[in-house]
Amino acid sequence: MIEINNLHKSFGSLEVLKGIDLHVEKGQAVVVIGPSGSGKTTFLRCLNILETPTAGTVTIDDHKADFSKPLPKKQITEFRKQSAMVFQHYNLFPHMTALENVMEGPVTVQKISKEAARKKAEELLAKVGLKEKMNEYPFQLSGGQQQRVGIARALALEPKVMLFDEPTSALDPELVGEVLQVMKDLALEGMTMVVVTHEMRFAKGVADEVLFMDEGRIVERGTPKDIFENPKEERTQQFLSLIQKADTI
Amino acid sequence: MMKFHRNGLAKMYLNSIFTNPERLERLLDIAQSSFLPLLEGAIQYTIPLTLISFTIGLMLATLTALARISTVKLFQNIARIYVSIIRGTPLLVQLSILFYGLPTVGITLEPFTAAILGFSLNVGAYASEVIRAAILSIPKGQWEAANTIGMSYSQSLKRIILPQASRVSIPPLSNTFISLVKDTSLASFILVTEMFRRAQEIAAFNYEFLLLYAQAGLIYWVLCFLLSLVQGRLEHRFDRYVSRA
Ligand SMILES: Nc1ncnc2c1ncn2[C@@H]1O[C@H](COP(=O)(O)OP(=O)(O)OP(=O)(O)O)[C@@H](O)[C@H]1O
Ligand SMILES: [Mg+2]
Repeated sequence: MIEINNLHKSFGSLEVLKGIDLHVEKGQAVVVIGPSGSGKTTFLRCLNILETPTAGTVTIDDHKADFSKPLPKKQITEFRKQSAMVFQHYNLFPHMTALENVMEGPVTVQKISKEAARKKAEELLAKVGLKEKMNEYPFQLSGGQQQRVGIARALALEPKVMLFDEPTSALDPELVGEVLQVMKDLALEGMTMVVVTHEMRFAKGVADEVLFMDEGRIVERGTPKDIFENPKEERTQQFLSLIQKADTI
Repeated sequence: MMKFHRNGLAKMYLNSIFTNPERLERLLDIAQSSFLPLLEGAIQYTIPLTLISFTIGLMLATLTALARISTVKLFQNIARIYVSIIRGTPLLVQLSILFYGLPTVGITLEPFTAAILGFSLNVGAYASEVIRAAILSIPKGQWEAANTIGMSYSQSLKRIILPQASRVSIPPLSNTFISLVKDTSLASFILVTEMFRRAQEIAAFNYEFLLLYAQAGLIYWVLCFLLSLVQGRLEHRFDRYVSRA
C-alpha cells in the first residue's frame, strides 16, 4: 500500500530526513517512535506533501510521486487524496460545526451532494461516538472530542492511508483513551495507518510494526515485541528507558 | 486678546439668537429648508459613493492582499507599489489628479466616476493591509487541514481562510468604512454635489456657514452612528463560533 524509497528532506542546510525506506502492506498499522526533533512529524508531512521532500519516491496505492523533480500542482492534489492527516492540535475549522467540518471535504472537494455528505458525516460522527455533538462548534467540545471529529473529517474522504501525528499528546490524560479506542477500531477494520505516538500500550496492542527514528533515519524496526522488549540498537534502548522512566514518575 | 475677541463673537452669535426672535426664526427657517437638500445630497451621492466605492475597494483590497502574500515577486511588487503610492499621497491630491489632471492626457471623467475611482483605489489600498494581516493571523494549521482534505489554494481561501479572516477584519474594516463616509465630503472639491457641497452652496447664498456646516456634520454623525450599530451586529454574528469565555 505504501512504498517509500530513499526519502530525503532538508530545510535549507538542515537535513532532517536522511534517506527513509519503508514498505507498508495494506491494512497494516505502523507506529513511529523517536526522540524530539528526530524528524517524525516531517516524515508524516512528507507523505501528505504538506512538506515537499527534497528527493526520493513515495508510492501510495497506485499513485507514485517522484520528488527528484518538481511535481505539477494537479498531481500533488491527486496524491494528497490518497492519505489523510490527523494533527496533534486537531486543526478543526473553528467556524464550522462538527458536522460541517466532516462534510467539508466531501462537499467542496468531492462535489457530492449536501444530503449525501450529511448522511455520511452523521454516520462517521456516530462511529467516533459524537452523534449528539454534531451541531456543536469546536470551541464547545473537549480536546478528545475535537480530535475524534478530526479523525471523522479525515475519514470522510475515504483515504487509503491515515496518518496520525501524536494525536493524543495535546490531550488531558483522561481523554487519551477515547481517541486511542477510535484508532484501534480503525486498525481492526483494516485501515492502513502510520501513527507517530509514544503511547506504548497502543503500539503494543495495535501496531504490526514499530519504527524507531533518530536523526532523520530509521534506526531500528520490528514487531512491537522486538522493539519494546528486546531492542538491539543502543539508541533505541536509551530512548525506551527514558520514556519508561518518564512513565513511572 | 484673540481669545477674548472670539468669545465676544460667540456671545454675540448666541445673544443674537436668543434675544432677537426674528433672527431665531430666520435660522429655523433656513435649517428647515436646507435639511431636505442636504439629505438629498446624502442619499443621492454620499451614500451611493460610499457603498459603491467600498464594494469595489474591498474586492481590490482582497486581490491586493492576495498579491502581497503570493509567491510571485511581480505580483508582490505591483501590490506594494500601489499601496505605497495611495497611502503616501493625500486623498485630495489623488482626486484632483483623476478629475483635473487626467484631462491633460485626454482622459476626461465625470465627477461621480472620478470620485468612485478615487475612493475605490483608496479603500483598496488601506483595506488590503487589514485583509493581509487578517489572512496572516489565521494559523498555518488551517491551511494544512484544508490541504489534507484535498482542497486547492482557492478552495482553502474561500471556504476556510477568508471566512475566519473576515471575523478578524470587521473592526478595522468598519473603521475604513466610517472614514470613507466622511472622506466622501472631499468629492465636493471635484464638483460632486454631495451633502457637503450642498451645504457650501446654500451657505454661500445665505451666509449661515455655522448653521449649514453644523447641519451637515450632524447628518454625517448620524450616518456613522448607524454604521457603528451595524458593526456591532456583524461582530456579534461572527462571534458565534468563538468562545466568549
Ligand atoms: N518548517 C521547518 N523549517 C525549518 N526546520 C524545520 C521545519 N520543520 C521542522 N524543522 C526541523 O526539523 C527537525 C525535525 O522536526 P520534526 O518536527 O519532524 O521532529 P519530530 O520528530 O516530530 O519532533 P517532536 O517529537 O518534538 O514532534 C527539527 O530540528 C526541526 O527544528
Ligand atoms: Mg512532531
